[in-house]
Amino acid sequence: MTLLTPVLSAHWDEKDSFTMAGYKRHGGYEAAVKALAMEPDAVIQLVKDSGLRGRGGAGFPTGMKWGFIPQGDNKDHYLVVNADESEPGTCKDMPLLLANPHVLIEGVIIASYAIRAKEAFIYVRGEVTHIVRRLNQAIEDAYKAGYLGKNIFGTGVDLELVLHVGAGAYICGEETALLDSLEGFRGQPRLRPPFPAIAGLYARPTVVNNVESIASVPSIISNGAQWFAEMGTEKSKGMTLYSLSGHVTNPGQFEAPLGITLRELLEMAGGVRFGHQLKFWTPGGSSTPIFTDEHLDTPLDYEGVAAAGSMLGTKALQIFDETTCVVRAVLRWSEFYKHESCGKCTPCREGTWWLVQLMRDLENGKGSAADLDKLLDLCDNIMGRAFCALGDGATSPITSSIKYFRDEYIAHITNGGCPFDPHASTLFASQGVGAK
Amino acid sequence: MAFTNSDLETMDSIIKRYPRSRSAIMPLLHFVQSIDGFVTPEGIELVAKRLDLATAEVSAVATFYTQYKRKPVGEYHVGVCTNTLCAVMGGDAIFAALKEHLDIENDGVTDDGKVSLEHIECNAACDYAPVVMANWEFYDNQTVQSAKDLVDAARAGNPPAPTRGPDSLPTWKANSAVLAGLNDGRANEGVQAGAPSLLGLEIAKGRK
Ligand SMILES: Cc1cc2nc3c(=O)[nH]c(=O)nc-3n(C[C@H](O)[C@H](O)[C@H](O)COP(=O)(O)O)c2cc1C
Ligand code: SF4
Ligand code: FES
Repeated sequence: MTLLTPVLSAHWDEKDSFTMAGYKRHGGYEAAVKALAMEPDAVIQLVKDSGLRGRGGAGFPTGMKWGFIPQGDNKDHYLVVNADESEPGTCKDMPLLLANPHVLIEGVIIASYAIRAKEAFIYVRGEVTHIVRRLNQAIEDAYKAGYLGKNIFGTGVDLELVLHVGAGAYICGEETALLDSLEGFRGQPRLRPPFPAIAGLYARPTVVNNVESIASVPSIISNGAQWFAEMGTEKSKGMTLYSLSGHVTNPGQFEAPLGITLRELLEMAGGVRFGHQLKFWTPGGSSTPIFTDEHLDTPLDYEGVAAAGSMLGTKALQIFDETTCVVRAVLRWSEFYKHESCGKCTPCREGTWWLVQLMRDLENGKGSAADLDKLLDLCDNIMGRAFCALGDGATSPITSSIKYFRDEYIAHITNGGCPFDPHASTLFASQGVGAK
Repeated sequence: MAFTNSDLETMDSIIKRYPRSRSAIMPLLHFVQSIDGFVTPEGIELVAKRLDLATAEVSAVATFYTQYKRKPVGEYHVGVCTNTLCAVMGGDAIFAALKEHLDIENDGVTDDGKVSLEHIECNAACDYAPVVMANWEFYDNQTVQSAKDLVDAARAGNPPAPTRGPDSLPTWKANSAVLAGLNDGRANEGVQAGAPSLLGLEIAKGRK
């Protein structure tokens, strides 16, 4: 049995956890003082040694990313924190920022020092006003305390931190689209190379990291690389936030070592809601191929999930029981990708439009068996041909659901419509409705 | 509405946050919404002038992002999450019920100008599904009834407090100012976390 390891979430149960006083009560900002007394390269090495990998989806080693920033180039360097959190199912960064914005600020101080950035930005999605408030206040308080601004902690190091609020566009979570958005343009992905480490914000060397990645850094500085690396699995180190949502008895956040399984997490969440069975789930948000009850014991680390044909992504475990129509679920995700496609490249712009048309017909019982092959063909043509990973992500729910639930698609065709009662899947359906 | 001198000063202070002025375009558009309620042609012109850009450039940015509104919204703008998970858990039912109850369509505003309605995408609160947002504050674990009560109370001028947010619901304009990065002094209000956010921690501490 894997035990939970609350580190980031350790003090969220204290009423003032989001304040400077609440954060300092548990040693807050001591890691920054420690890091600023080290050589910047030693900080990068420590993060490399810890094995920390990016928590924004792709799992790229964080220390290595920092190490790509050219040194002694006499250019401004920037750190940009990705707090756009918009991948469907993903709901870890927002509660973290609501409960403890200071741990992110402390991480920003350490990371900026390591990559020699004198200016940092937090790009937060715009649809979360209270989180914007908390971040804004925390930044103000950090300035007042002398932890941001000129000569921070009296070390001679300068750091400005700017909060930038988005305005509702999923694509701005993609790091190069985010940079365009932050520069004041429409948020559309850039051609790579050059990578942000060479030409990022304002064409300067830039590190873009997820909230959770940066928030994990203070604990690594305080407790050491070894401490972090002892948690998790061989190539997926440390603790992380797993988010369970949907048809579980008690949804919520679980901070555990990488490699825990859904079976273990479900047990802690009280299981699938009473009287129902697990049907399908996403391991890391809607862009990651769905899993079924076959995958209950798959280790939820980067390698384990990939070996089983999906991606760990953002560890957004959305659970659906047998009352849920998989075709309806996938149609809704397809509509999301069509809506959020930035329109820059044809495979995604046109492809997501066609995916929705075909999925709609199928859900409404107007499709044919040939449409299933057409769908798969379309996905094949988008996958790997789109300009950014949004296009690939749009195909994941479709191809994976046809793989596991082809019969259900066919049932829509033979039934002349959706065989499910949408009420049965709601939270307010009386217990046992639609249960087998 | 006309922008006052103090508004112009605020706009300049927003521009000064950034190493390059163009980066201020998004907070400035949020600020325009805090004065005019939506992105007005005058607002676009003013932002363009402040940033030394063509109005077409500012428009191109404004139209890319769904939070910038092209026409007035209600004093209380209600968004119902109908992304897959919330939809399945009841979001679709809530959205359908609100449309009927308010007698407006998606993107519609009630005749009294009090409430507008929009279906929204995943708002990073799936463990609180079904989720409703009002002026981009969280209303967690909603039902058809609680959502109807919310809009009725909003129309009567006394909306309930968000579940994870300030002690009372600010207006659309007031919250637009917060999104422009202006501190309204209310960060200390409300809970630090809701129950689902604390579940793993409580289990780890042996309290659940
Ligand atoms: C369409 C799309 C949306 C994304 N959204 C986010 C997001 O909301 N937050 C995030 O941290 N990363 C997101 N990413 C991943 C980022 O591009 C980037 O890999 C990440 O921020 C790097 O941080 P990390 O190395 O700390 O994980 C998204 C990627 C794509 C393709
Ligand atoms: S894949 Fe889609 S979102 Fe990405 S660049 Fe192309 S059109 Fe834009
Ligand atoms: S699906 Fe509604 S908040 Fe995530």
